[in-house]
Amino acid sequence: MLSSQKINLAKVAAKAFITPLTVRTFASSAARSVNINLHKGSFESYNCDLPSLDVEISKEELVRMYRSMVTMRRMEMASDGLYKAKLIRGFCHLCTGQEAVAVGMETALTAEDKIITAYRCHGFTYMRGGSITSILAELLGRKAGISGGKGGSMHMFTPNFFGGNGIVGAQVPLGAGIAFAQKYLGHKAATFSLYGDGASNQGQVFEAYNMAKLWELPAVFVCENNRYGMGTAANRSSANTSYFKRGDYIPGLKVNGMDVLAVHQAVAYAKEWTVSGKGPLLLEMETYRYGGHSMSDPGTTYRTREEIQHMRSNNDPITGLKQRLLEFNIITEDEMKAIDKAARVEVDQAVEEAKASGEPDLSEFWTQIYQKDSGVPYVRGREPEEFHRY
Amino acid sequence: MSSILKKAAVVSIPNVRQALLRSNPVLANALLAKRAYNSKNGVEMTVRDALNSALEEEMTADEKVYLLGEEVGQYNGAYKVSKGLLDKFGPKRVIDTPITESGFCGLAVGSAFSGLKPVCEFMTWNFAMQAIDQIVNSAAKTHYMSGGNVNCPITFRGPNGAAAGVAAQHSQCFAAWYGSVPGLKVVSPWNSEDAKGLLKAAIRDPNPVVVLENELMYGISFPMSEAALSKDFVVEIGKAKIEKAGTDITIVAHSRSVGFALEAAQLLEKEGICSAEVINLRSIRPLDTETIINSVKKTNRLVTVEGGWPQYGVGSEICAQIMESEAFDHLDAPVVRVTGADVPTPYANNLEAYAFPDTEVIARVIKRTLNKKIGA
Repeated sequence: MLSSQKINLAKVAAKAFITPLTVRTFASSAARSVNINLHKGSFESYNCDLPSLDVEISKEELVRMYRSMVTMRRMEMASDGLYKAKLIRGFCHLCTGQEAVAVGMETALTAEDKIITAYRCHGFTYMRGGSITSILAELLGRKAGISGGKGGSMHMFTPNFFGGNGIVGAQVPLGAGIAFAQKYLGHKAATFSLYGDGASNQGQVFEAYNMAKLWELPAVFVCENNRYGMGTAANRSSANTSYFKRGDYIPGLKVNGMDVLAVHQAVAYAKEWTVSGKGPLLLEMETYRYGGHSMSDPGTTYRTREEIQHMRSNNDPITGLKQRLLEFNIITEDEMKAIDKAARVEVDQAVEEAKASGEPDLSEFWTQIYQKDSGVPYVRGREPEEFHRY
Repeated sequence: MSSILKKAAVVSIPNVRQALLRSNPVLANALLAKRAYNSKNGVEMTVRDALNSALEEEMTADEKVYLLGEEVGQYNGAYKVSKGLLDKFGPKRVIDTPITESGFCGLAVGSAFSGLKPVCEFMTWNFAMQAIDQIVNSAAKTHYMSGGNVNCPITFRGPNGAAAGVAAQHSQCFAAWYGSVPGLKVVSPWNSEDAKGLLKAAIRDPNPVVVLENELMYGISFPMSEAALSKDFVVEIGKAKIEKAGTDITIVAHSRSVGFALEAAQLLEKEGICSAEVINLRSIRPLDTETIINSVKKTNRLVTVEGGWPQYGVGSEICAQIMESEAFDHLDAPVVRVTGADVPTPYANNLEAYAFPDTEVIARVIKRTLNKKIGA
């Protein structure tokens, strides 16, 4: 017998995939763009208009979305394997199931836009330009790692991606500050600060909302609601689980975060909103993590296996996009299989490259504590005769 | 201020000074400082004005430098350090924040990650405990854990240590706290030259820098050299200053304690007891151990002075570093720490006075140390 929560999940799944989608291709078969109609349940708004349900997007972009999600999932599967083989140390948080958020965001943004998130950061790092080898090598603590092996799973950065932050909620004011710098410097771009349903109750999240609204910063606050903060269900942590309404004076949108096109459309809307000077906006991405909170969590003590299986079968973001691509002849099944295979080969190769990379040189132990040549001549090691002079 | 300073001559009898110190420590210190540093024809400046000029000069020099904090703009600063800056630079660059330390500190750090050079003022460092995660975990560590991919050129500043009559929650020294964190630089100015030069150096530094000012010093005037008045003046972070040379004992102090240490040294010299060398640390991290070691090799005795708590404090660190250095072999007596008492700061005047080092305590400890000999 299904609990009421499971019934709700079933309804969500039904909304997302059973409703027929309409795709209008242009007259010429060589047309590069398609118009896709999202289901009307894709968004819910708070004090703002709904984004258009009509998504105009290029075929190349759709294929890129598919390739990115498949590759990201492969990468996380590889991480899972490496962790279980005891090659990855410490904490490791995978984004399997949540791929549509990072991928749908990226296709709606430019390199000028900035993103910051918490510790579940591998997918964003990949979308923001980090190579798979550099991400896996970082997990392995190797010199080819994106942070030189000094950061690990939770600390990865690219020029327009600010991590990879390990303290729940702290990244939200940091993101407001990155948006502040964009406004200060006159850049026509926005910063997207991601946090989970768990982090949404941190006081500094509300502090960031307040300043962002006061100063009309181009800040978009994105709650990735995957239903559980570690093992605490949203309704056990949050007095108001409508996370898109919790900005009070900041308008918000709830988005089907399992549909990469809905994410894409909402993020394009949010970017336009903020860059046009309307101030901040909240987005709540309804998503789901298939795995546990981290590698040490089997993810089954606070939710049922049936719930997970149900989400996988009915709401999977990759399966959802796949159906669209096939249904509207954007690519063939063979082409899709070729993409799947290429992703597997690419990730397998990256695993080998990452493994082949050596551990960081011990000399790197002493670098980057301070900026080079900035007046710190000496760092002490474990005992007085173990030290480094620059 | 000038009328107050004219009264300095009157306040020369020790017990009158002591009474004044109890009833009005700020005024008393102003008088003491004036007496000790009465320059004949030089320019004098309060620590407050020195900090203000540092901010103004650096904001003029670099568009990316901006100031944010509670009451820094329209109110002109809770302690008037930012007076006039809003008028000069406008609300884009002098930003009044809500009372939300964790939030505005995080925002400032984020803007530093992204190309700006914020000066983040805490009304006092006590309130920065609300934001210490952003200072330690975000500002200090991100350059390292990003493998050098992210920079954080930010200055955190505000008054540190005990003020007068504000009780436990507003009277604490954070030098040991921030001084323990790799990735941060920490400075603690005493006089006006320190204040101006160290704050300017902090703003120009590519690393996160914590500037620990002292409220009781803001209103005190000190002479400013010709060089210190220049907009190019900076004090190098990581270098201590020998304020007074001496041969018999070394006194190392930081912040307001430097004034007491100098007074004790002068007192004992006048009485013919000893010639003390007084080192003004200026920088808590990096710590200039070289200057201390060289001094100890010369004097063979060391006393540390600070307003912070004794356990795990700045003095404790100096003791440990001396033990681990070749200076240990030059010591003729054990090192002694003069510190704030190991007590939450009390409110009542007499109890508060008992909590922090002053000239008398330092002089007493120096005498005692001079009479000790290792192995004797």
